[in-house]
Amino acid sequence: MLKKLSLIVVLFLSFTGVSFSAAKEGHTHDVDFSFEGPFGTYDQMQLQRGLQVYTEVCSACHGLKYVPLRTISDEGGPGLPVNQMKAYVANFPLNDESANINLFDPVADEYRALKPSDNFPKNNAAGAPDLSLMAKGRAGFHGPYGSGINQLFKGIGGPEYIASLLTGYTGKEKEEAGVTLYANTAYPGGWIGMAPPIYGDDVTYADGHSTSIHHIAEDVSAFLMWTAEPKMNARKHTGFLAVFFLIVLSGLLYLTNKRVWASVKHK
Amino acid sequence: MAGIPHDHYEPKTPGEKWLNNRLPIVGFMYDTLTFPTPKNLNWMWIWGIVLTFCLVLQIITGIVLVMHYTPHVDLAFASIEHIMRNVNGGHMIRYIHTNGASLFFIAVYAHIFRGLYYGSYKPPREITWIIGMLIYLLMMGTAFMGYILPWGQMSFWGATVITGLFGAIPGIGEPIQTILLGGPSVDNATLNRFFSLHYLLPFIIAGLVIVHIWAFHTTGNNNPTGVEVRRTSKAEAQKDTLPFWPYFVMKDLFALSVIMVIFWAIVGFMPNYLGHPDNYMEANPLVTPAHIVPEWYFLPYYAILRAFTSEVWIVQFAGFLTGGIIDAKLFGVLAMFGAIGVLFAVPWLDSSSVRSGRYRPMFKWWFGLLVFDFFALMWLGAMPAEEPYATFSLIASSYWFAYFLLILPILGLIEKPSTQPETIEEDFNSHYPVKDTPTEPVTNVIK
Repeated sequence: MLKKLSLIVVLFLSFTGVSFSAAKEGHTHDVDFSFEGPFGTYDQMQLQRGLQVYTEVCSACHGLKYVPLRTISDEGGPGLPVNQMKAYVANFPLNDESANINLFDPVADEYRALKPSDNFPKNNAAGAPDLSLMAKGRAGFHGPYGSGINQLFKGIGGPEYIASLLTGYTGKEKEEAGVTLYANTAYPGGWIGMAPPIYGDDVTYADGHSTSIHHIAEDVSAFLMWTAEPKMNARKHTGFLAVFFLIVLSGLLYLTNKRVWASVKHK
Repeated sequence: MAGIPHDHYEPKTPGEKWLNNRLPIVGFMYDTLTFPTPKNLNWMWIWGIVLTFCLVLQIITGIVLVMHYTPHVDLAFASIEHIMRNVNGGHMIRYIHTNGASLFFIAVYAHIFRGLYYGSYKPPREITWIIGMLIYLLMMGTAFMGYILPWGQMSFWGATVITGLFGAIPGIGEPIQTILLGGPSVDNATLNRFFSLHYLLPFIIAGLVIVHIWAFHTTGNNNPTGVEVRRTSKAEAQKDTLPFWPYFVMKDLFALSVIMVIFWAIVGFMPNYLGHPDNYMEANPLVTPAHIVPEWYFLPYYAILRAFTSEVWIVQFAGFLTGGIIDAKLFGVLAMFGAIGVLFAVPWLDSSSVRSGRYRPMFKWWFGLLVFDFFALMWLGAMPAEEPYATFSLIASSYWFAYFLLILPILGLIEKPSTQPETIEEDFNSHYPVKDTPTEPVTNVIK
């Protein structure tokens, strides 16, 4: 079966000349996130708000199975104090216990509670994809002409794609083979199986931040960028130090090289 | 060592003599560092050092990654995330390794095109060239198999498509494909053998690199003029050359350092730019990605693979000649491997007696077009197989073959080369004129 499939794929992609981009691309709007550019870092408050949105809304269907729970206390992340993190873990809603066999305790013969050393649970409740890496698994920007050059300036566009998707519902619905599909301007193909998850004012922020649909969408998108790339702040810091010291080293090597060659070049 | 006359190591103290009679390692290092190198080498001669650095970088980061990676279809993807999240410095090591592959290919393409322009493949350096091509081929194999290891969507489907190509070969194709995959489809056996080979091949590359260096240390480096170093006496050779240390070591280190600035900017600030988002989704045999594209360094060959569809007359003609054995798929596969094959044959395809493109007025234009063609193919490889890209791909692929199979053989016969300098010294001094009171050049700093 797979072999046949693969052959079909090869033939289809390589030799028939048939377009494989039949589905129309969705539209992703640019969002000015705090973590963009070489010096951009996560906004800790925004990540905490996003964590709240994930917990109260998204986690009903979506898991974060690659993200260790303890990391919500990490520096460069939401940075919750350890006692708050522990309380969060103890109260985390488990919607689909049976799907999380790693939580089954064979000695006590029952499902045990989450611990900080566990990952966020997976969630197979409604066939929803895991969100751990969603912000890196999607590209919002491609052009011009498929070259990807605009990603140099706008970024790859994963979190923008998520924010666009969450706010991209037009309100139209249709039913296909017993499944309700919702019109969405950001989703490739235009119709998505996920019902609109947020409408605005879905949560109440402790810091009094606006809970308009755009703000909630951006907050949770930023949070999902963090779940996909939790070490980004540290990485950029390392990158900056490396670039800085290598520029200094290059300068010194340039002068050394010039000096070494001076007599040969009759200077 | 035959070739350019130069000083050799003479052990002086009894200790040095004792060691030298048993293992002449000091002499070996001395000869390597003092190797007479043409003094007019330009900045395109720095890529060898960059490539050596890349190989070492990839091996070191790779060995560390293996300490935390699990080659199993159920665990591989999660183990990569474990490296990214839980291993100290793991995210940096992985990003250096993935982007290191890209740097490796940028450097190897620059190195190859430098060789093509300055005629580094011409006698007596054919063996150096062929070994270099073998290294390039192994690099592509290693990179391809390495890309399978994270077990993302593009890993899985890339492996499916590329191993499927072997199935196009009549008769032996399917058995080869089965051996490659370890079964009927891409699965755990595939992942395990690719992992094993991904670890093995870099060490074979390292061995070939030593042979590559050995070969060009026998013939001496080529240089931008293509004029050979004078070898009649040591004194004359010294007018054309400088010892590798310190002149070229310092120059190469400076270049490497500048390249490292760019490399670290990419690793630090945009490590996923050259990757594909789909590979952050775990492999799923039931869901085919909308676009299956290889990594950027394979795109030119991917474009050539897809260019020859069944509507192209030469494909139909080949099918007619072979009674249908060569269909569009097999033709595409042959074209893809042929595109690398012509690189192996280039020492015997180029009929010009002039080595360096600098003195070949017509060649320059055709070569420039080849470089443009290469980038065009790279772009076309990433585009969907539809018009107008299909026609562009066919034109660009045709030029690739035309350059090697028609233009290079003919050009040497009809082209009138411009005047070459008599010696490397003459070329060097035309760039750096001798002043009235010349200072004696330091020819050997080690002594």
